Parts: sequence; C-alpha cells; structure tokens
Amino acid sequence: MTVPLTLLGLLEREPSHGYELKRDYDAYFGRGRPLPFGQVYATLGRLARDGKVVISDVGKGDGPDRKRYIITEVGATEVDAWLTEPVEPEPHLQTILFSKVVLALMLGRPAEEYLDTQRRAHLQRMRELTEVRRTGGLVDALLADHSLFHLEADLRWIDLTAARLDSLAKEVRK
Amino acid sequence: MTALIEAREVALSFGETPALRGASFRAEAGEIVAVMGPSGSGKSTLLHCLAGILVPDSGEVKFAGDRIDQMSETRRSALRRDRFGFVFQFGQLVPELTAQENVALPLLLGGVRRTAAMSRAQEWFERLDLSGMEGRRSGELSGGQAQRVALARALVAQPQVLFADEPTGALDSLTGEHVMDLLVGSAKEQGTTVVLVTHEARVAAYADREIIVRDGRVAVPEGLAS
Repeated sequence: MTVPLTLLGLLEREPSHGYELKRDYDAYFGRGRPLPFGQVYATLGRLARDGKVVISDVGKGDGPDRKRYIITEVGATEVDAWLTEPVEPEPHLQTILFSKVVLALMLGRPAEEYLDTQRRAHLQRMRELTEVRRTGGLVDALLADHSLFHLEADLRWIDLTAARLDSLAKEVRK
Repeated sequence: MTALIEAREVALSFGETPALRGASFRAEAGEIVAVMGPSGSGKSTLLHCLAGILVPDSGEVKFAGDRIDQMSETRRSALRRDRFGFVFQFGQLVPELTAQENVALPLLLGGVRRTAAMSRAQEWFERLDLSGMEGRRSGELSGGQAQRVALARALVAQPQVLFADEPTGALDSLTGEHVMDLLVGSAKEQGTTVVLVTHEARVAAYADREIIVRDGRVAVPEGLAS
C-alpha cells in the first residue's frame, strides 16, 4: 500500500525515470528488500492510468529508460492527504510511519507536525484502551494491555524520531 | 467554558537559562490534562508556575479568575494549602509522622481539630487499599503504599486542583497502574481537576487530553482552540 504513495512522493520531489525511482526507493525505504523493476513499472503504469502521473518522453537519463514520470495535481493531492492524515493507530506501524517521515523531510513538509498528529491519534486510542482496562474484566484488561504496550513502543519511536528530525533531514535531503 | 486554571504566555528563566518561553495552558473544572514532553522541556516548571510555587518572569497565571502571579507569597501559600493538592515522583512523606498523620497533615495545617482530621484521614486508608497501614512510618511502607498515602494526603482536603508530577515514575508498571486507577477514580469522584506531568504515554492515557511541552513552549496546544 505504501509503495505507490512513496513513489508518488519521490516524484513530487522531482520528475524521474523509473530506474531513478527504484534507486531512491531502495536507498531510503527498501532497507534490504529492493523493489523489483517489474513492480516499479507496473505501479507507475497504474498511477498513469489513474491520472496521478503523466509520462514525458524526453530521452535517456543516466539509464536505459526513455520515459520520465511527472506527478499531476491529482497525485500531489493524494500525497498531501496521505502525509497529513494520521495512520489508524495499531501495532507495528513503523514501516508506514518511517516512510511518511522520510518523505515529508525530503519534500520540506512539516514532519514534526505529522508526528504530533500521529502522537495524538495514538494517545486517543490508548485512552480508549485504558478505559477498557479500568472498567472491563481481567481478560479485557490483559488484551488491552497487549495493545497498549505495542502502541507505547510506537510512541517511543515517534518521540525519538521527533528528537532526531534535524539530523535525519540532513541525511535525506538532496 | 471558563478555565479553572490557566497560564497565558508564561516565561521564566533560571539565571541565563530559559525554562519557559511563552507557554499557555488551560484546564476546566474536573478535567484531567496530561502535560507531556522530553526531559528538560519545561513541563515541571509549567506545573510549578500553575501551582504558584514559582512566579513567572512574564505572562499570567490564573486560578478561578484570580491572578496567582500577582499574589503575595502568603496568599499563594494559603491557596496551595486550601485549594491545591500535590503528588510528586517520590511520595515525600514526613518520615517522623505515621501514615495517618501524614494524610491528616493538610487538614491540621488548615485548622481542623486533630480528632476530626485523623478521622477524615482514616477514611482514605480503606478507599486506597491501605487498611492496616495507618500506624506505619514511611520507611515501613513499599513504594506503591507510600505513593498511595501521598495521594490520600493530596486529596484529603478535597482540593480543586491536584498537581501530579511523574506520580508513577518510581513505581513498577503494575503498581503504577494501581496508583493511577486510584488517582483518576478519586479525582473524578470528587470533581477534582488534575494537571498530570508525565513522560509516560501509558500514564498520559489516563487523562482526558494531553499537551506537549517542547523547548519551553506548548507545542501541541490541543484544547486551546476555544
């Protein structure tokens, strides 16, 4: 789910060839799991079909591609909405949150505000679970505790990342 | 809604070091608000300004519409004794007194006669699962028991605002949750406003809402929109 949006985000930074998108995706988001070329082009094809990118035939860049992809207004709006909206709080969100933070920094967007919004969404969910703990039986409390501990781990990551945004920005901005 | 306690653009420096740089805060009657933020962000300093322990260099602090920052030390002391309750990370019980005398202390200082004060203090021991601990001194109590005695002491005079600064910081998870259950349950029962300083999300989740203090400012002023 994050691959199309991440590629769109990279295209908002600058129009790119498919192999450039794959290179940047693998460098910042792949982390040992490179994106297959086939998936890159299939995704770009779908984005073009849906009017989120357009193709500009401008000849070769550093690689074999002839097609250069440019994000459209529809695509940019989708990236903006994705970055701005908090993710539904649930355990194991690090991959999505990480992608959003890095992209926001690449695009010069307010990553700290996104993290604050996400923190609020997490704390709201934790409040609901805490109420379940306080008013429910032991089984409910133990199940709520499991979710609470995982959400708390996410929040610690959010806090740590917020404290390191300046350093991270230097690393990911071109 | 009218705020029961409020800070507007509060700034305070310790020597050359700014601790608060224009922090604003408000809490309604009966509301529980968590104050979160990294270490050194100014969250405890904000609590101390709201409670009239510290006087800001600039800005306003109001309780029930009255400017705390313009009150004399004597009036602020009376306010802290009669309207506010305090729980800190380490219970800070008076070691020479028994647990029951510790709980009765705010009443005794407020002029309540000893028999009546001790009787009202006694009621809190059952309420906070402390029955049988009345005669013990702080050295004879576990961390969780001492913190519950501190909580009873903070609430016995039925304060309008309870200030809690990392109230579970020295406790393990289970004991901390027990203390928070009792703190929130008692505060809601009495309609007490709680200003809860914590860096722990699990503790903040007991509050109705949270604010984030960062570099001496309120970074996420949720609830200030009004």
